[in-house]
Amino acid sequence: MFKKQSKLDKVILVFNYVVLAIIVLVVLIPLIYVLIASVTNPTTLVNSGISFNPLKWTFQGYNRVFKDGSLLLGFRNSLFYSSAFSVISVVVTLFAGYPLSRDGFVGKKFIMTIFLITMFFSGGLIPTYLLVKNLNMLDSVWSILLPGSINVMNIILARTYFQSIPNALREAAIIDGSSEMQYFFKILLPLCKPIIAVLVLYQFVAQWNSYFDAMIYLKSAALQPLQIILRSILVQMQPNPGMMGAGSAQDAAQRQQLAELLKYACIVVSSLPLLLMYPFFQKYFEKGVMMGSIKG
Amino acid sequence: MTFSKYENGGKTFKKLRYMKDNYQLYLFILPALLITIIFKYIPMYGTLIAFKDFNPLKGIIGSPWIGLENFQTFISSPNFMDLLLNTLKLSLYGLIIGFPAPIILALMIHRLKNVGLKKKIQLILYAPNFISGVVIVGMIFIFLSPIGPINSLITRFGGDTISFMTEPGYFRSIYILSGIWQGAGWASIIYLAALSNVGQDLLDAAVIDGANIFQQIRYVDWPTIKPITVILFILAAGNIMSIGFEKAYLMQTAMNITTSEIIPTYVYKIGIQMGEYGYSAAVGLFNSFINVVLLLTVNEIVKKLNEGEGI
Repeated sequence: MFKKQSKLDKVILVFNYVVLAIIVLVVLIPLIYVLIASVTNPTTLVNSGISFNPLKWTFQGYNRVFKDGSLLLGFRNSLFYSSAFSVISVVVTLFAGYPLSRDGFVGKKFIMTIFLITMFFSGGLIPTYLLVKNLNMLDSVWSILLPGSINVMNIILARTYFQSIPNALREAAIIDGSSEMQYFFKILLPLCKPIIAVLVLYQFVAQWNSYFDAMIYLKSAALQPLQIILRSILVQMQPNPGMMGAGSAQDAAQRQQLAELLKYACIVVSSLPLLLMYPFFQKYFEKGVMMGSIKG
Repeated sequence: MTFSKYENGGKTFKKLRYMKDNYQLYLFILPALLITIIFKYIPMYGTLIAFKDFNPLKGIIGSPWIGLENFQTFISSPNFMDLLLNTLKLSLYGLIIGFPAPIILALMIHRLKNVGLKKKIQLILYAPNFISGVVIVGMIFIFLSPIGPINSLITRFGGDTISFMTEPGYFRSIYILSGIWQGAGWASIIYLAALSNVGQDLLDAAVIDGANIFQQIRYVDWPTIKPITVILFILAAGNIMSIGFEKAYLMQTAMNITTSEIIPTYVYKIGIQMGEYGYSAAVGLFNSFINVVLLLTVNEIVKKLNEGEGI
């Protein structure tokens, strides 16, 4: 009896491996395809697909992408937005989480309710847009950095983390003559490096990959983040003139092929940074997700 | 005044005292409160424009009140049903297919014995989550284009080119499947974390009792992840109407608009692009309202099914 079930289990486990292998391939193949396509000769690319033959490879896609400044501008802007956003957001979040974690904080329930309500009710797109407009924040970096900086889930995360630090530590510090501020900055925060790391990473990635706020609030070309620039190349199918180069030397078919190549190159250039970095931060992200789920 | 403070046992006095002594705490929480009140609560007041014939020059107060007229216009408009159905179908199908995917994935990964292999697989499966929505949609357009790799494969096997992004019928499948491709791996983290908390002795006991893998899953794995699954399900169901604007908007083409126009994209176009502020605010409000109703309903249903557990 035991043997029979063991056999079934073995079969299931093998099946498990096979299915997981297929899933991994399904994830990897598109990514590898994009990578190879970005260096494949455009004519080969459009006519017969990617080529693993290095003879058919070209780096002109990348040359053009880097020579033209648009992607670089987008990178610079996004770097600024993501960094500033994560700093502002995390600072405000930590500052909010701490009082909420203190026993006996007068008004805790009231303030918590104010935050929680916003998780279920919101003014909606139009009223928020009108507000930003009336505050003269249209076409300003503040429209990106401020409105979205409060995430109630993050505040709850911070609060939970602060609550896990024993009160005795604070009391001991006070007895030793430390002020509240000194305790917070010199003792508590260094202990909270994990949650700070998680929050900063989360917010950075979220801002880096977002495009909606920028699309509705920002008009000037100089302010556009990376995703908006990518959107015009990849989604709106407007090949970037700077990357395409002078028109007279190429015919229409060649230009179309070049446009395809450029798309792949852009995808690689814009996604590679995050893809290369996230493995290093993986454990932080996982912790963040787990902390969030436990609280949930 | 001093006397009344002492009359209620000095509670108010104590509270005020606390606030004075710990004023730094209140300074700490001030920025978050300010931002919340300004950017979340003031727009809530702004939803009033849904009930008005809103003229930006006259402002909220100055614009005439028209009650539910905007809502009536919306509900009786010819594309109301299409919009509603598109939104609902996209969300529901997405939920039905997309919600179990990470769970199944987690259950499968959990069964891997080799820890090193497990970690490598997880690393690979998390990658798509870090690719931006714009790039994902960009990849969709490239891969599914008439001159793209998928169609090359199809024609090589003798089929006809399929114009995926201009055929309304494909929109939902592409949207949902690409969403799973992007998010299932990452979403499985929560379930994997919960599963790793399964008491090993519980599992061993089940094995000794002769349970096969399916029985193990049913009697040990599933009960462990059930609580978190329920909560996540309620949250997901409650968000049915507020499905991601961003990806749908990116994936829209002039041709597939009959299935790809959902309420949030409609609100954006009517409101911000066409400036019909009052009307689109009403549509948006309608959307939120249905959302809340769904959230409460699903919560109640789940409570009944799950012996009172809910949010």
